[in-house]
Amino acid sequence: MPNNQIVGYIFICLGILFDFFGVLGLVRLPDVYNRLQAATKCVTFGSAGILIGVFIYSGFTPTGFKSILCAIFVLLTSPVSAHAIARAAHRARIKLADETIIDKYEEDKELKEG
Amino acid sequence: MKLKTKSRIAVFFLAYITWILITVKFTIPSLLVGLVFSIVTAIVAGEILIITERKFHLNRIIYTIAYILKLFWEMLKANLHVAYIVIHPKLPVKPGIVKIKTKLKRDSALTMLANSITLTPGTLTVDIDKENQILYIHWIDIVATDIKTATELIGNKFEKLLEEIFE
Amino acid sequence: MKTFKWIIGFLIIIVALFINFFIFTEIPFNYKLINVLMFCTIFIMIRVVKGPSVADRIVAIDILGILIIGICAILAIALKRSYYIDIGIAWGLQSFIGVLALAKFLEGRSLDA
Repeated sequence: MPNNQIVGYIFICLGILFDFFGVLGLVRLPDVYNRLQAATKCVTFGSAGILIGVFIYSGFTPTGFKSILCAIFVLLTSPVSAHAIARAAHRARIKLADETIIDKYEEDKELKEG
Repeated sequence: MKLKTKSRIAVFFLAYITWILITVKFTIPSLLVGLVFSIVTAIVAGEILIITERKFHLNRIIYTIAYILKLFWEMLKANLHVAYIVIHPKLPVKPGIVKIKTKLKRDSALTMLANSITLTPGTLTVDIDKENQILYIHWIDIVATDIKTATELIGNKFEKLLEEIFE
Repeated sequence: MKTFKWIIGFLIIIVALFINFFIFTEIPFNYKLINVLMFCTIFIMIRVVKGPSVADRIVAIDILGILIIGICAILAIALKRSYYIDIGIAWGLQSFIGVLALAKFLEGRSLDA
């Protein structure tokens, strides 16, 4: 097995590990916002890691170019969908968890709406 | 040259490079089809990429590279933080929504700041108030609730670099 | 009670990973990696079925879309076909636009503004 394939497999395994932690957070954490945090961060980094590992594994071939394009795409789009879901959930009055200490957004929104 | 024309040319080149990267094939029919579709894309959706005029500096490239390296380091730290919270049997979370103040004004700079804040440890942008330059941030492990300390802890990491790149 | 549940879950995960990686030795390594990601999709499905609110389900669908890009990338090197990553890119685009539309719908705005 050549060297670049071993390095690629290391990246892929790290990515899968972080994917797994993210999904575990999706199941264990208490409310929508916390779940969104854990899942977005870990799964984005994990999938980008897998794609970069595939790029290192296959070198400058069609697979490699496509995977680097896909990695840039994932890193740019997944935070945007996270913002959209968080904002929509808060406007749809989905409650925060019981452990929550402070909610400045709620106060300001009530001031604005009168 | 008009701004819209510039923006269309930039979109054309971006679309063509993407086409070449997706179909790694250098035959004449493939390149022609890519050309036609890039022109169509540039005409239909080309005017929204560049909105304001900006001068080119060499410094900006150096700051961009520094920003990308810093973003990757922060992402790694964020993932280890989330892994610690998820594995811990008692789930040590102390969540809440705080607000921070920012100095950035452009739309692109604000978008990149919000994206970076989402990918760094323990924070997630919920909403942006563009007129008052305030960001609402969900923080998984609250340290400070007042606006000054929160701004120092969350926003100042990326704000200087983004100010150099985008403003 | 919480600690007890934690130990049960930890044991299940360890046993599943052991069976996946060390029992069936004739399966190629790439397919074992895909098995781990498939195990992750079971957790996502638990959240889709159980989720107390609509937003939980939307989050789960979003995460599923990003995870499938990873599965497609590993399939591409397992089967040595580069077009699997095209499937991943297309799936990611569809999932992104779908999640944005769902979020707008949840917020109560109309879709054409």
